[in-house]
Amino acid sequence: MGNSQTMQALKSDDIAEQTHTRWSALVSSQVFWVVVATLVACVVLSFTTNSFATSQNLFNVTRNFAFVAIVALGMMAVIITGGIDLSVGSIIGVSGIVLSVVMHAGFSIWAGVGMALLTSVLVGLVNGYFIAYLGMQPFVVTLGMLSIGRSLAMVISQNRTIFEFGPDGATLLAIGGGSIFGIANPVWVLIVLALIFGFVFRWTRWGRYVFAIGGNERAAILTGVPVRRIKCSVYAVAGLMCGIAAVLEVGWLGAVTTGLGTGDELRVIAATVIGGANLMGGVGSAFGAVIGAALIEVIRNSLILLGVDSFWQGTFVGAFIIIAVLFNRLSGTRSEE
Amino acid sequence: MAVLELKDVAKHFGAIRALDGVSLTLEPGEVLGLMGDNGAGKSTLVKIIAGNFPPSHGEMHVNGKAVHFHRPIDARESGIEVVYQDLALCDNLTAAANVYLGRELRKGVWPFRILDYNAMYERSRALFAELKSETRPRDLVRQMSGGQRQAVAIARTRLSNSHIVLMDEPTAAISVRQVAEVLQLIERLREQGIAVILISHRMPDVFEVADRVAVMRRGRKVADKKIADSSPEEVTALITGALEAA
Ligand SMILES: Nc1ncnc2c1ncn2[C@@H]1O[C@H](COP(=O)(O)OP(=O)(O)O)[C@@H](O)[C@H]1O
Ligand SMILES: [Mg+2]
Repeated sequence: MGNSQTMQALKSDDIAEQTHTRWSALVSSQVFWVVVATLVACVVLSFTTNSFATSQNLFNVTRNFAFVAIVALGMMAVIITGGIDLSVGSIIGVSGIVLSVVMHAGFSIWAGVGMALLTSVLVGLVNGYFIAYLGMQPFVVTLGMLSIGRSLAMVISQNRTIFEFGPDGATLLAIGGGSIFGIANPVWVLIVLALIFGFVFRWTRWGRYVFAIGGNERAAILTGVPVRRIKCSVYAVAGLMCGIAAVLEVGWLGAVTTGLGTGDELRVIAATVIGGANLMGGVGSAFGAVIGAALIEVIRNSLILLGVDSFWQGTFVGAFIIIAVLFNRLSGTRSEE
Repeated sequence: MAVLELKDVAKHFGAIRALDGVSLTLEPGEVLGLMGDNGAGKSTLVKIIAGNFPPSHGEMHVNGKAVHFHRPIDARESGIEVVYQDLALCDNLTAAANVYLGRELRKGVWPFRILDYNAMYERSRALFAELKSETRPRDLVRQMSGGQRQAVAIARTRLSNSHIVLMDEPTAAISVRQVAEVLQLIERLREQGIAVILISHRMPDVFEVADRVAVMRRGRKVADKKIADSSPEEVTALITGALEAA
């Protein structure tokens, strides 16, 4: 009798706790605050400048952050497993160069894009092999690849700037530089990829394993998760995202130098971390990668529109990374310790 | 027929002889308490049976068949399930996700096979109910008490048709009430003909639930007898070495 009363009390407690948990989970979630910050920044900019809320500026802002956000999706998967990929900027560089060289030589866009994506996946697989199968530190392997990729880009192109893309050149420029329904093509690609990543993270076994490895790699091994294969695949996926971003970016720029993608690793990792990823692994989301990239671009754009010297950009982006990690540490979402 | 039989098993880590000439048999539905001081080789023995690493020497038979495990999954396929000392849980996943880790249920046809959340929640809920645990399938393991984590780790062993469950100190870090729950679960495993090897430092647990007790000291098995024929005093003496063998 007393027992059933206790059960009743327990149950209502449960419900109270759940609502409480859901609300506090939202408020303590970093993604929530990044969305708020981004919206606030947009509203403030709309009122303080007459140039922010113009369709041309919004078009540019969304397109600019699409490149970073696409790569950040792949980086998100890597960071959720507890890894890091410092070579993304160089993979963008080398696959962009491969694309241009192949098309410049007169091959079709299919050949160019195919070779570019193949290159990016191969470089990612090499990263993944050394990290997953030879047990090397992701930081070291991808730092080496950062240097190798950039150097290969120069070797392949002989350090030329390429701005002629053969018979299919117009198609390439249309893909990267065009728009559908007033929204830049890279943004459409980002939307599709973000939906795919969101789906895969939640609904597939691969996604589940990515999170499990970041949560407790040893547990994943003991329960029979193919940890090596998943870790390797994550770097290949990150490489592929770089390849896709490179194709779009080359089409938009209309010219390629060997400097393509230089420094992007910083912005991409910043977007991922600001979007709620924990460098310890186990935490993150596709939406976080997108909103993190959006916030960085809005900040960057606002500095330009407000007439702040562009030399300050690095300071702001860097400060946001540190604040994001600090937030991560302070909020209850950290794992043990 | 013995469900598990070890013959003269040894394990060396470099110069360290973690296990030396250990033979052991386990009958269906038998609960074996495995005791010994820190470093006696209990975990090493369990890890060999669980397929974490192969023995340096000796043979292992499951249901009369010789087995050679290279990975934990080999042991699992032979019907051996493990509850690890640190439980091997992913803090960032839900209880149900942990129960099903490595053998997720999916629905749909390839290549559109997606996780079957409902089925996994339902079955986990049923398993937790069986364990009389208040663990909820959707809760994150990070937010759970020691006993709830234990329930998750134990529920995992009940997913498949296992006939041997290995438990490395399952009652080390939980409250008295939760210990009683774990011991009850061991009883239930026994009723279903599942053999259990229970590593524990807690004498009362072993004497309450085990049929037999084996004592390890410095990598050797120094005693193996029916609970009824032994006593806590004798086992303590065997563990410390005051009694050489029994
Ligand atoms: N992976 C390993 N490498 C080297 N030595 C080990 C390893 N695992 C266990 N040992 C050693 O083997 C001995 C037995 O350890 P263990 O089986 O963990 O003992 P117990 O579980 O009884 O406390 C100890 O001396 C321990 O230091
Ligand atoms: Mg031990």
